[in-house]
Amino acid sequence: MTDTEPSALVDVVTWGTSEGAQEMLPRTRTASDEATREYGAVPEQQGSVLRLPEGTILDPDDFSMETIGEETMIINMGPQHPTTHGVLRLMLELDGETVLRTKPIIGYLHTGMEKTAETLSYLQGGTNVTRMDYLSPLANELAFALATEALMGVEMPPRATWIRMLMVELNRLSSHLTWMATNGMDLAATSMMIYGFRERERILRFFEKTTGVRMNHNFIRPGGVAADLPPGWEEDVLVILDSVLSTLDDFDQLFTGQPIFRERTEGVGIIDAETALSLSATGPILRAAGVPWDLRRSMPYLAYDQIEFDVVVGTIGDTFDRYAVRMGELRESVRIVRQIVERMPQGDYRAADKKVTPPPRGRIDESMEALIHHFKIFTGGFAVPEGEVYVAVESPRGELGCYLISDGTAKPYRMHTRAPSFVNLQTLPPLLRGALIADAVAIVSSVDPVMGEVDR
Amino acid sequence: MNATEAGTVDLLAKLNVASKFGPAGQLVGFVTREEYKNVASALYSDGFVTCSDLCAVDYLTYPERKLPTGIDQERFEIVVNLLDVAGRRRVRLRVQVPGVPPSIDSLFDIYPGVEAMEREGFDMFGIIFDGHPDLTRILMPEDWEGHPLRKDYAVGSVPVQFKEAGVRPGDEIHTGQNRQARLELASDAASTKGQGTVDRILGRIGRKSKASSPKASSPKASSPKETGSE
Repeated sequence: MTDTEPSALVDVVTWGTSEGAQEMLPRTRTASDEATREYGAVPEQQGSVLRLPEGTILDPDDFSMETIGEETMIINMGPQHPTTHGVLRLMLELDGETVLRTKPIIGYLHTGMEKTAETLSYLQGGTNVTRMDYLSPLANELAFALATEALMGVEMPPRATWIRMLMVELNRLSSHLTWMATNGMDLAATSMMIYGFRERERILRFFEKTTGVRMNHNFIRPGGVAADLPPGWEEDVLVILDSVLSTLDDFDQLFTGQPIFRERTEGVGIIDAETALSLSATGPILRAAGVPWDLRRSMPYLAYDQIEFDVVVGTIGDTFDRYAVRMGELRESVRIVRQIVERMPQGDYRAADKKVTPPPRGRIDESMEALIHHFKIFTGGFAVPEGEVYVAVESPRGELGCYLISDGTAKPYRMHTRAPSFVNLQTLPPLLRGALIADAVAIVSSVDPVMGEVDR
Repeated sequence: MNATEAGTVDLLAKLNVASKFGPAGQLVGFVTREEYKNVASALYSDGFVTCSDLCAVDYLTYPERKLPTGIDQERFEIVVNLLDVAGRRRVRLRVQVPGVPPSIDSLFDIYPGVEAMEREGFDMFGIIFDGHPDLTRILMPEDWEGHPLRKDYAVGSVPVQFKEAGVRPGDEIHTGQNRQARLELASDAASTKGQGTVDRILGRIGRKSKASSPKASSPKASSPKETGSE
């Protein structure tokens, strides 16, 4: 079971790898198998990494590596670049203004959150995962809480489920609004920044009222949610929805019908459904390519199977389609939240299971047992039965999965997050192939990477 | 178990893959390292065209996990979540990978989307994916040593210096208050041109030289005694 000698292990680990070459190398020094990834094996589909047909044997002569001439240049875009949405570094091989090869280089924001998760109890884990995708923290908390509950077999009261759904949908609104704002900024429509962030601020203010903080809430916890909705929440939410809807009409005027915007996005950065599926892309990228894959509909969780909404899909998968899909999802989320406001059930917002649920605040003052119970849950945590589970939810960026292994103690043995941005970044090389540098900005923006979740 | 999952179970049985249903009714198949790529290829042909997740696990400190009979536990595990978009079904494959050598076939030829995930598995666990086009570190810096998510890789900590944590012999001169005392001494020494400097230093840190001078017992010099450095 254990390793024999450290030196033997080092030999094994360094064997066959090129640890020094994270960066993109010149064509003459790129190995043929890596060139497959960067060029594509079929000349007509260069830049895509589609699977080779059965039985095809790779021959380095198959690549037309020299077609471009020798006047190519490799430049860095990022990691400090205002349009890369964080510390994303793209190495681009350029022929004039045309992008030939792309390699995303990540890790600048890596803080070892999966390692940290192994040292935190299940109740503390929420504070860790909520910092991954900082634009939709509640989706992270939801995936983690659902995974823990799947291992424990805890039943949720209906009100907890619907509160979770309300918060996650509002978070989808705020996340997409932020994307609208920054995307407008990337395309030099600077006023979008103001409109998008203004609407997002309304939602964050509601979050602050409900959870106590604007971001990184730790509100959705294993066993329910941290608090009930504040009095008068229906009014607050309905005001937000009306405001967002009227802003969406403004967006339509500023963006959808705007000739300059359409010129810059239509037909730019096309990805077809087959490529998107083989690259494991999810979320708006996959739906813009015409695949109606939305986990809320395809594999329902929470109570999404009781709610009416449409899955918005695109047709050709270009940058405009990805914009239009997010635009449609904003309207669908408004529709979902309206139904939630109408149908919010009464009852408890936490599970009745005493193992995971701390006693109410009022009882702590009068009962010694309640105080001990509270103390035990928040210091030692609760043990989770042995097992492993993978739970996926639809975050604003795609499939957000949480793979959780418990060894029967109060801390996870391993917590792995399947971050949608991390996987979606792989679509950049085929998307950018043949695009102009100016379009690269629009394309990177349309993939909507959140670096906190890419690097974790 | 619904009809589509029954089909997957049958297929796994045909491929000699032990399978079971885990928590929340999730289908898990236990594949040997040799058959791993063939099984993935067969599942691809059956409709699982997307690999939604691939991650590694280090079971160094938890070897007694439950495995079906016939599966020998090893140090590492590769966990692959395959997704059939058209059939709306998932299957999870768990592959045992020994600690020496920690190598396994790459799925890149079948699922190009595992490119980044396998690089993460190499970076964090040191697992070699044979056939991966560009197996380099992805999250850690290029010159990093070790693989952080292994269980024998320490979490890391920074020692915290508490004010009252106790002082080791010889440490007195480095505490903050003594530093202040030394600064005062330096200005004193400059004014008195170095007379009796040794005595004054010893006096400020609470000690007396054998031939103590009257200055060392002045009220100003006695204040560092409160730190309890003796």
